[in-house]
Amino acid sequence: MLDAIAFYTLAALILAFAIAVITARNPVHSVVFLVINFLAVAIVYIVLGAEFLAMIQVLVYAGGIVVLYLFVVMLVNLKRGPEAHQDPRRQTGAGVGLAVAVLAELTAILAYTGRNPLPAVVPAASARGPGGNTEQLGWLLYTTYLIPFEVASMLLLVAMIGAIVLARKVD
Amino acid sequence: MMPLGFTRLDFYYLLPELIVTAGAVALLGGDVLLARGRHRLLTWVGLAFLGAAAVALAFISGREGTVAQGMYSVDGFAVFFKLLFLVAAALTILMSHRYLDVEGARPGEYYFLVLCATLGMMVMAAGVDLVTLFIGLETMAVSFYILVGYIKPSRRSNEASIKYFLLGTFSLGLLLYGMSLLYGLTGSTELRTIATTLAGGRGGPLLALAVMLLVAGMGFKIAAVPFHAWAPDVYEGAPTPITAFISVGSKAASFAMLLRIFFEGLPAFRMDGLGTIFGQPLGWTYFFYVLSIVSMTLGNLAALTQNNLKRMLAYSSIAHAGYLLIGIVAATPRGVMAALVYLMVYTFMQLGAFAIVVLMRRQDVIGDELKDLSGLSVRQPAAAVAMLIFMLSLGGIPPTAGFMGKFSLFAAAIESGYVGLAIIGVLNSAISLYYYVRVVVYMWVRREEAAAPPVVMSRALALVLIVAVAGTLVLGVYPRALFDLAQASASTLGRADQALGLLR
Repeated sequence: MLDAIAFYTLAALILAFAIAVITARNPVHSVVFLVINFLAVAIVYIVLGAEFLAMIQVLVYAGGIVVLYLFVVMLVNLKRGPEAHQDPRRQTGAGVGLAVAVLAELTAILAYTGRNPLPAVVPAASARGPGGNTEQLGWLLYTTYLIPFEVASMLLLVAMIGAIVLARKVD
Repeated sequence: MMPLGFTRLDFYYLLPELIVTAGAVALLGGDVLLARGRHRLLTWVGLAFLGAAAVALAFISGREGTVAQGMYSVDGFAVFFKLLFLVAAALTILMSHRYLDVEGARPGEYYFLVLCATLGMMVMAAGVDLVTLFIGLETMAVSFYILVGYIKPSRRSNEASIKYFLLGTFSLGLLLYGMSLLYGLTGSTELRTIATTLAGGRGGPLLALAVMLLVAGMGFKIAAVPFHAWAPDVYEGAPTPITAFISVGSKAASFAMLLRIFFEGLPAFRMDGLGTIFGQPLGWTYFFYVLSIVSMTLGNLAALTQNNLKRMLAYSSIAHAGYLLIGIVAATPRGVMAALVYLMVYTFMQLGAFAIVVLMRRQDVIGDELKDLSGLSVRQPAAAVAMLIFMLSLGGIPPTAGFMGKFSLFAAAIESGYVGLAIIGVLNSAISLYYYVRVVVYMWVRREEAAAPPVVMSRALALVLIVAVAGTLVLGVYPRALFDLAQASASTLGRADQALGLLR
């Protein structure tokens, strides 16, 4: 039940921010929405008990790739879209609204955990065998999924050479 | 208990792929190590590795089973397609030999990417797991995105590359959604497990959605209408040998993957199980039925008005995807065999036709307009005769191989009760003759440019034409061997379920 609520809330967030990414007029806003989107996906992974994937999601996507995007946005010097609405009163209104929402959320969490305290350790992780998530994944990659893994290394080599080929000056 | 990771046996059965990979890396190293001006050697290095891979392929043919933890199959079906890819790659490399000089492009990375694309195709034909198939497809696709844009000073090439990349990633996304739904429904990425899990239960709307997404994703890769929009632009803009390789290799690999997914993974849903449409039970053959008809018809109608040879061949290739889908719709071993036969035949005639376009490319002439061909019968009679044979074969006129291929496809359709589909196919062949013969008319009847300097043919290109003409004619006159091979290969599809044991 709790899982379902968490999942659907996150799914709704992911979709909403994905839409925000493509509708935002300012490219920087768009990238920021993308970061939030990636983080929400990372939380989905945690809910599913895949901590390693969540970590990679944050490191590679929310970290590396978004920085790349920001560099591109800065380098190509996109014309700025129309300025965001600068109504201070509206901003205050939104701020108060958000604050109330967060307060309500915190109260709800406190009330809920006060009545049924959570177990100290999440059992899902320990049920997956010794070594935890990361080791399991590595194990799978080097045993069952060895052939796709090896082909993927060629795929990455192709991508690398391709980037060099396309970026090199015509001689 | 299965041993963990790879065993020595796995390496033996993966030898063709390993040799192609080694060849790709050797070409990359050779490009750096060889002195300037000696880069033409790389062509022969690439060919040598492809030949070695073909020899290794001969050793593993006749075996049936899976290797690498059940992710990869070694069966007649995979061997048949790998042979096709190696032939296509070798002819592509030969075609590129002089073409790259004319375009002023470096051969090192080019051949590397051609071999990597070949590797991806081989994985697509042999994978029996959605993860393996997807990685193979991606390796092939990424290599092609770069190869299409390889002629950097050419704006057409750049544009084609961007278009191919954007639409390609989009279609890959659709395919992935389909695959993930399939995984969600069955809890496995292995095609055989998917088949057994689904065979017990009902399909339901989610499965129908998954199938639709898979059809759309694969439809893009085989350039079937309505997922064909990229093909004419990409075919026109890409370096001509790469156009040939995409239209032959990429299409054949995608058909191999399509056959694997639908015949091994979803065999229970051929005719029904995906809901109803117009009161009839809906199976995946229905989608291919529709795709087949619109691809044949629209492809041929659009080809009628093209004045650019490469665009015309692009639309003709879309139409050929439609013909090939007839074999899938028939959904019998006979239909699969016919599709395999036609893919092999198509390799020779389509590569040959593109070799003629490569021949017309000279220092100052792009040579891909139809009028560039005028008077070819005088300027280079041998090439004109070869082109005549390819055009007749593409149109399906006996005694060429194209006739035998179409004949077996239509026969398979009639045998499965799709008489209407066969009739539409025959009518479409008739339409297609108009634009194929138009090429011949330009070569023989129009003589405006007969006074133009004769077209010089390089030895490498002559070799390509000889192989292509020989393939087109021999398989047309004596198709027995190909039919037997295709029959044996098609019958192994979906049967390899045992891990391969000790060597003989």
